[in-house]
Amino acid sequence: MRTLTVDDLAAIKKRAEKVLELREKSNALVTEESCGLEKGTGHLQILCCGGTGCKASESALIVENLKASLENHGISDKVDVITTGCFGFCEKGPIVKIIPDNTFYTQVKPSDAEEIVSEHILGGRKVERLLYVDPETQKHISDSKHMNFYGKQVRIALRNCGFIDPENIEEYIARDGYSALADSLFHRTPEEVIEMVKASGLRGRGGAGFPTGKKWEFSRAYQDDAKYVVCNADEGDPGAFMDRSIMEGDPHSILEAMTICGYCIGSHNGLIYIRAEYPLAVHRLQVALEQAKEYGFLGKDILGSGFDFDIEIRYGAGAFVCGEETALIHSMEGKRGEPTLKPPFPAESGYLGKPTNVNNVETLANIPIILTKGPEWFSSIGTEKSKGTKVFALAGKINNVGLIEVPMGTTLREIIYDIGGGVKNGKKFKAVQTGGPSGGCLTEKHLDIPIDYESLTAAGSMMGSGGMIVMDEDDCMVAIAKFYLEFIVGESCGKCTPCRIGNKRMLEILTRITEGKGEMKDLTMLKSLAEVIKDTALCGLGQTSPNPVLSTMNNFYEEYEEHVKKHKCRAKKCKALLTYTINPEKCRGCGICAKDCPANAIMGDVRKPHVINPYLCIRCGMCMSRCHFGAISVI
Amino acid sequence: MAEIKLACEVIKQVEDICEKHGNKPGELINILHECQGLHGYLPEAMQRVIARKLSIPAAQVYGVVTFYSFFTMTPKGRHPISVCLGTACYVRGSEKLLEEIKRVLGIDVGETTPDGKFSLDCLRCVGACGLAPVMMIGEKVYGRMEPQDIRKVLEEFAD
Repeated sequence: MRTLTVDDLAAIKKRAEKVLELREKSNALVTEESCGLEKGTGHLQILCCGGTGCKASESALIVENLKASLENHGISDKVDVITTGCFGFCEKGPIVKIIPDNTFYTQVKPSDAEEIVSEHILGGRKVERLLYVDPETQKHISDSKHMNFYGKQVRIALRNCGFIDPENIEEYIARDGYSALADSLFHRTPEEVIEMVKASGLRGRGGAGFPTGKKWEFSRAYQDDAKYVVCNADEGDPGAFMDRSIMEGDPHSILEAMTICGYCIGSHNGLIYIRAEYPLAVHRLQVALEQAKEYGFLGKDILGSGFDFDIEIRYGAGAFVCGEETALIHSMEGKRGEPTLKPPFPAESGYLGKPTNVNNVETLANIPIILTKGPEWFSSIGTEKSKGTKVFALAGKINNVGLIEVPMGTTLREIIYDIGGGVKNGKKFKAVQTGGPSGGCLTEKHLDIPIDYESLTAAGSMMGSGGMIVMDEDDCMVAIAKFYLEFIVGESCGKCTPCRIGNKRMLEILTRITEGKGEMKDLTMLKSLAEVIKDTALCGLGQTSPNPVLSTMNNFYEEYEEHVKKHKCRAKKCKALLTYTINPEKCRGCGICAKDCPANAIMGDVRKPHVINPYLCIRCGMCMSRCHFGAISVI
Repeated sequence: MAEIKLACEVIKQVEDICEKHGNKPGELINILHECQGLHGYLPEAMQRVIARKLSIPAAQVYGVVTFYSFFTMTPKGRHPISVCLGTACYVRGSEKLLEEIKRVLGIDVGETTPDGKFSLDCLRCVGACGLAPVMMIGEKVYGRMEPQDIRKVLEEFAD
């Protein structure tokens, strides 16, 4: 470890800025021109997404092939290939970006590498077939700025994702990295920094939305021989990947923010509690930790200020309840992750009984830039009570699945239709689920609400950590409520009775309803159980667990009634309520359905209409997907 | 004290892991992670070795192992299959995928085929929601899967 001074930091920044100059310039550039070595461009860079989503589509192999191809053409010295964090546009991944002309290639395959190099990098001709096609105009778009997906986004927490190489600390430094830390250590007292965070209006991005500055102030107030700064990176919400993408794409921002927090509350120990299921994020954090230690941003006497701070990684082991701060703390202590009653709050008695400050990943990622750009800048974005931006993982039945960041106050309609490109396959929008298993389903009538913490809660859902799942007419809302409840029952820690037993009873009722065995009194029971659990459960997980049921009952009561009274599932999802039949007029008797039926439930002679035996049919739908003549229908 | 049936070298390895973590009960989860990484699963005997080294009741170790979904007490197959049941994959049909795998392999979730080749599990979000529905076999992610693709994918693993 070496001790860096503030002057050294400035020198590194200057040096690193040169590396990023090309990217910064091209970011500001809007041009249809394309660059290439044969056209006289001196130096090019190829950015390739190295997030989990794109890696699953072999983006690592794309990087390898690009490098090999550059080598073959003898131009590796003029072109850099850089693996970045998530660009956000996961639907169209893997993404490859060419700098300096800012060409944005989508759905690139490893076999496309050679063409990108010979055509674009050398010849300066864009590979048209890899460009994004605007679904409305059918025109090729080469610059991400002109895509609707990016048009309404404001990237603050994601400012470095898809821009810098997350495994290169100097690129982070070039983007003002660690300057907020240096400023705080040398020019501001802890109280002043806390005031700035308070003034920015930043609220916890993990779900509840507690003001971050206030939290820091509480943690500062308690004195003890040891204090802890904890980063909650246990993103357990199914279908949400905001925090993971930030850790993968910009790990240093988390380390910097934690160190600043340590300085503010008077702590010397930081802990990152991360899911073991996130191997890539863990790896990037480990690399970042080593680099930060090597450069002297962590360890003893940081930047010669006399302040010591170190960070360790702690692994979770797959328990949703550990996202709750008291449960998380118990898990870090090597125990079962069961929550305890608050107070005492962790700020008073947390990890090992010491004052502990727990912040979520996205919250921390906002801290350095708030301090660099000033709290006024941050609080000018967003709504009256919710400042700044929020990252959402947009997924489900939507055209543009991806990671997005929008100012607070953006409407759901803008997110779903402008950024998300509308519902997949032209289906009808039915609901959007926010807040994961603790949130609720919102409908068409909620689409124009400007989203912030208060408005989502008022509508019967919640901000949550930022999962946003779009559902269409083919989704059964009773089945969705059951899906979330199954999750909750599986994840309930079992400590308090309302959550452990109440949710189980609710799941039994929902199962009866989806099997056509429900009665009308079940609906009343469901509602009253939900209210009791809400009022009496011990922790946040339990108290919010009935939300998916309550919100679907409030907004889609007629679907529940249909299941109970008519034994009908309009979305055709609840298997027990379905009947598959073959239309004898359309059936040609080809026998494909009978051959592929896993239950041998289809009978008939060749070239004669077949029939399905309803007693044997397991309602898997295989026959329907196999039939070439559209003869099979389901009611 | 119950009898421990475990190969000598495995006991030694487990003890070494405990010692590396200073035999501290607070390190239990990290120790379990390492032991499972080494051995593939956490049999009862191994939990007893850990309990003895950390001077805590075996019940406490068992309590932690069974609390967290990442830890398992049954050996996994050579090619562990995990189907994502996150919400994004669920609404894009991962349940059908799971049923087809169950049917083709003849095993339920949490089980291993008799030949030890495949084991089947569910997980909550791989993070590749753009490719939904997804499943993983070993470390490889298979995206945009349809039930009819299952047989072909499983046939790739002819060993």
